[in-house]
Amino acid sequence: MSVVKADWQEGFLAGDTRALARAISAAENEPEVVHSFLQEHSGRLGRAHVVGITGPPGAGKSTLTGQLAVTLVARGYSVGLLLVDPSSPFTGGAILGDRLRLPDLAQGSSSQIYVRSLSSRGSMGGLSRATADAIKLLDAFGKDIIIVETVGTGQSETDIISVADSVVVLAVPGLGDDIQAMKAGILEIADLFVVNKADRDGADKTERELLSMLKLQASSSGWTIPVIKTVAIRNEGIADLADQLLAHYEFLQTSGLLLEVRTARVKSELNELLQLRLTQEFQKVVGAARYEEYTQQIVSGNISPYEAVNQLWQEFVSEIKRSASS
Amino acid sequence: MEKKIRVLIAKPGLDGHDRGAKVIARALRDAGMEVIYTGLRRTPEQIVTAAIQEDVDAVGLSCLSGAHNHLFPRVVELLRERQADDIVVIGGGVIPDADIPGLKEAGVKEIFTPGTSTEDVVAFLKTHVGR
Repeated sequence: MSVVKADWQEGFLAGDTRALARAISAAENEPEVVHSFLQEHSGRLGRAHVVGITGPPGAGKSTLTGQLAVTLVARGYSVGLLLVDPSSPFTGGAILGDRLRLPDLAQGSSSQIYVRSLSSRGSMGGLSRATADAIKLLDAFGKDIIIVETVGTGQSETDIISVADSVVVLAVPGLGDDIQAMKAGILEIADLFVVNKADRDGADKTERELLSMLKLQASSSGWTIPVIKTVAIRNEGIADLADQLLAHYEFLQTSGLLLEVRTARVKSELNELLQLRLTQEFQKVVGAARYEEYTQQIVSGNISPYEAVNQLWQEFVSEIKRSASS
Repeated sequence: MEKKIRVLIAKPGLDGHDRGAKVIARALRDAGMEVIYTGLRRTPEQIVTAAIQEDVDAVGLSCLSGAHNHLFPRVVELLRERQADDIVVIGGGVIPDADIPGLKEAGVKEIFTPGTSTEDVVAFLKTHVGR
């Protein structure tokens, strides 16, 4: 009776949740299959609003994400959640504990919410390698809004901008002064700021610091970045956040920026795929044994890494030329 | 690409003793598995929905309230109803020996009682979960 593992494509097109879940596993384990599926059904892509939620560990990202999803479903949207948690650098295992923070409605009582926990599987930028494909699958499945929650971030995990249309950066009171707020990195990528746990001391100060930082920032796009205070665990401020998110998406559409954002995304995706292909070809043509030899040469001090790269590159180019002429 | 074993660790029912569930979750993590932890007091319906959405290979149920004879078979039954009975269900907690044959007959693959080594649970999953 049970669905055959590789056989999710038909069910996916028919709207079966189990098939969607299988498809996302395929994106993690055998991405080529998913890529050709998405290519075949590219007409289904590009319709969803992709929202990124990022911020430090313990800021309340999962709780906020869950409440936001429930609020959006109540307004008639169907929502997909991708919750990314870190994997162990030693065993590759992971505890994916974001689901536990979701309110009951997001725990399975509503058919309009699909929730998937993803392990970062060694990626360092706050997402997992499969996240971009998982987003596309949810888009193709027909979700209106896809919310991606990154791993708890420090200052520079900014991968989320390469997949999200709207980026929400969470801050909490008491994590640093105005100099922290001036630093480059994660604070620069926000389309919306949220000060969560706003019932705590110092929330007003955090809000003021973010606002004054934003005043110094030249905004060329015409979008004014809002700072929204929330208490996610009590569902306070979430309706306001939902309003502002939808307003941001509308702004992206009417201003033509959405096309710009998505063009930039295609470019970086192309780059990434090209790099991957190049690395694979390189390994294939030059061979792992040569890598090992050069590594040993570098370690024993016979050759510098820069010279090694030059020589490897020469080998690669001449090998390619030879196989082209034969 | 290497496939990871994905396991949902869930606590159905009303008791709040999650120490055992957390120890198992941690042991499976250290064995290289991806463990989704649902938290306390989930209904069998929520657990089955989570198992399907997360595309897990196995569900580990922990119950220390005595309601295992109702809750464990209910999870198996719901998985079957939703054509997801290829997902392996195991259970743990203070479960009297006399109840074990009945639970296994209902479709629970294995029961681990207090004193079980975490290595046994890891080994069981590695043998019975095939991808």
